[in-house]
Amino acid sequence: MDSQNTSDKLPVGVIGAGVFGTAIANLLAENRDVILYSRRPEVIESISTSRVNRGQKINARIKPTTSIEEITSSCTLIFPVVSSSSFSEMIRTFSPYLRPDHILIHGTKGLDVRLKQGETLTEKTFLNRKMVRTMSEIILQETEVMRVGCLAGPNLASEIALGQPAASVIASRFDEVIREGQRALRSSRFQVFGNHDITGVELAGVLKNVIAIASGALSGLGYGENARALLISRGMVEMVHIGKLMGGEPKAFFGLAGVGDLIATCSSEKSRNFTVGYRLAKGEKIEDILSSMDEVAEGVNTVKVTNAFIHSAKTRAPMTETIYKCLFSGKTVKEGVDYLMNLPLGTDLDYFS
Amino acid sequence: MSEQKHTRKGWLYEPLFPDVNTWPIYKLTQDRDEFLKQVKEAAFIAVKEQTKTTQGLNEELAKTYYMERIRVKTNAWAADKKDEGPFWEGVKKKLLKLSPENEKTPDLNEDQILESIIDRYTEEIAGFFNPTAYNFAKEATTFGFARLLNASEGKGISRFWKTRHNLHEKIRLQGDLDHIRTLAKKGTLVMVPTHFSNLDSILIGWAIQSLGLRPFLYGAGLNLFGIGILAFFMSRLGAYKVDRRKKNMIYLETLKTYSTIGMLRGCNSLFFPGGTRSRSGAIEKKLKLGLLGTAMEAQRLHFLKDQEKATKIFVIPVVFNYNFVLEAPSLIDEHLKQVGQQHYFRENDDYSTSYKLAKFMIKFFTKSSEMSISFGKCIDLFGNPVDQDGNSIGKNNEKIDISRYFMTNGVFTRDSQRDAEYTKMLGDEIVKRFHSESRVFASHVVAFVAFELIRKRHKKLDIYAVLRLPEEDQKLTYLEFTNGVSRLLDRLREMAANGEVHLYHELEIPEIDKVIETGIKNLGMYDAKRPLYKTKDGFIMSEDFNLLFFYHNRIEGYGLAKYI
Repeated sequence: MDSQNTSDKLPVGVIGAGVFGTAIANLLAENRDVILYSRRPEVIESISTSRVNRGQKINARIKPTTSIEEITSSCTLIFPVVSSSSFSEMIRTFSPYLRPDHILIHGTKGLDVRLKQGETLTEKTFLNRKMVRTMSEIILQETEVMRVGCLAGPNLASEIALGQPAASVIASRFDEVIREGQRALRSSRFQVFGNHDITGVELAGVLKNVIAIASGALSGLGYGENARALLISRGMVEMVHIGKLMGGEPKAFFGLAGVGDLIATCSSEKSRNFTVGYRLAKGEKIEDILSSMDEVAEGVNTVKVTNAFIHSAKTRAPMTETIYKCLFSGKTVKEGVDYLMNLPLGTDLDYFS
Repeated sequence: MSEQKHTRKGWLYEPLFPDVNTWPIYKLTQDRDEFLKQVKEAAFIAVKEQTKTTQGLNEELAKTYYMERIRVKTNAWAADKKDEGPFWEGVKKKLLKLSPENEKTPDLNEDQILESIIDRYTEEIAGFFNPTAYNFAKEATTFGFARLLNASEGKGISRFWKTRHNLHEKIRLQGDLDHIRTLAKKGTLVMVPTHFSNLDSILIGWAIQSLGLRPFLYGAGLNLFGIGILAFFMSRLGAYKVDRRKKNMIYLETLKTYSTIGMLRGCNSLFFPGGTRSRSGAIEKKLKLGLLGTAMEAQRLHFLKDQEKATKIFVIPVVFNYNFVLEAPSLIDEHLKQVGQQHYFRENDDYSTSYKLAKFMIKFFTKSSEMSISFGKCIDLFGNPVDQDGNSIGKNNEKIDISRYFMTNGVFTRDSQRDAEYTKMLGDEIVKRFHSESRVFASHVVAFVAFELIRKRHKKLDIYAVLRLPEEDQKLTYLEFTNGVSRLLDRLREMAANGEVHLYHELEIPEIDKVIETGIKNLGMYDAKRPLYKTKDGFIMSEDFNLLFFYHNRIEGYGLAKYI
């Protein structure tokens, strides 16, 4: 491409200085100058002075900023990595600054729900696909940016921060987005694969968080690997089922962003979603768990959304429904497991047909 | 609404550019040799880029020869050139000479064969524009249309000579027509209409004339060039020929290049993005993106050449709203065959004689029912609305610079995969606008309700079984029918308030009986068998259930069935 030479000179942007955002910024800084944006001045201040954030050393090529103008005017390639609950607000704030030549590759694994004013999301809320948006759909609807991608895969931020080898998937309809993302991120310790099914990859990354909560819960109950293998394989089937309903191709779920990420998150005590399930099984209340965590466990919101979605679609997803009940309707984790173990085999649907 | 004044000659507007010598489409003819040379060279490069190696090109040539030989043998048309057979024999001989077991012939190579094929295709595709023929056709159509229209009233030969009705009362042009005229002065227009009937091409030509726009570059089916009088005019009105039988890559590249360069040279363009008439009667949901892609490419090249001063291309989705489609019986038949058994059917040429065509037109104009052509809002190639000065307006209501969609890291880049994705997105936007710009007629409503009510009674049957139901099972009481119509109208009005669809004025009448009466009267009024009628004892019945299904499909794309 004609762009090969100029692109290396431009810095790459990262929006969001959380654990994952910081880890991505450091990865990018191995290849390029990076501008790291946070809307919180105290975070930027602290990064500038201490050159440490969220327990990670900050690469010298990273320039922290609170200026939207600065990051959008100096970078054409930007990675938004903020929690799904603040994603749409962040995008709306950025929208006037984003131009048709920006490329956005987000790393947020959550869903956004559009409800009527004053409505809250409950089990009974009617949700169709139009009301549930993936992060890339938010970008497409709220900005002029068309070249959108997402970053997904087994990327536990703490391991990336330690410099361990890992890999990721960039999904986009555009070869160009995948190519630009790969060139910016690729290093000897970080592999980057491409995929064209952005919806499938986004959904795989989102839905696996639900199973991760359940996996943590099994560990909390002291169960071993038989139970986990059962959970992961059946959970996979349920992910594909819901994913298909939401417009993803089953194939995406068998790649790094699906099964890869699922295994990593379900086996790791470092995962926030896993931790939620673990502490829940130990008898803690969900409110207490969430208020004591400093970053969002996306799975909790995802359970709410998918639970309402499958009810509205008049279908079943036993694991998701059970996890929902354990989180929000007072069912204990033990009861939940018993329920799932006693499901008549006849309801084990063949989702792949 | 626009200030529509009828001009002296019965057009809505005076021509924007009266001097034919300034028309890009005429310049193509004046500058024909140079234009065609440009097309041939660019098509040659495009094919070479895709085939990459000599080996790849050789295989493509062999494949083309193979496909063309089959076409010549099994599916010849009157419009085909006489020397088709010998030409492709010649290609075969040359290809054989190039095979490795033969000795090299010094003055023969793959490039040369490719050139000869592209040369042939280009000459076949290319049209002429002849101002005299154009003016004659213009007068003849207005005169002819008006005569036919008024012939439906009165008796005797004298009825042909009284102009009581204006054509614009019968065929309504709707939409922001002034905006289209304004933009016609700022850039290049691309019209993309839905396609239900062969009449569409003639009517859109008339509508373009009535808007005072310069004629559009238009790809017409090669089969139409086999029809005497039509061929005479089409080949002189700048129409280029599209042969749907030829699906080989070299042909398609040549065709696309012709369209791209035509647009680059400033010609307004028209294509039916559905590719062919809607067989089912439904508004197109999937578009053929090939020609739409040429608009994208032309726009990219414009930006590359002139940056901020570049000519912009504006897309106008157009919807034909008919009460009846003349070809409905054969269309729905083909549709059912196609869907039912993945039945292969040949691209055939209906209306293959001037006589059939004339008969067809007379029927259309003498049957007194209205139709409308709705012109959607102009958009740029990325689906953004466009202001009076041709600026693209983004989501934050500010001017945006769409040339940047063709840039990577601040410089213009060429990336056909990217542009193909943009084209797909544009296609989706056009489909959305087809649905929102469409006018729902009373006849669409009654057909939809009647069919869905009967389908509901037989939930377990597939569509073929429903269509074969005995007559007594296709009977509706007037009461259940009225209730269904009333529920559907409620939903449609809600959608219209949200801008998801438009309702034709006849649906604004509060009395539901009147709506039903209008609907039944207009529905398929041309067809020999009535798709819907009211019996003396007050039942609603159909004489031709397939036809009812066809007209029902018109508003099938809105998810309305659950409201009935």
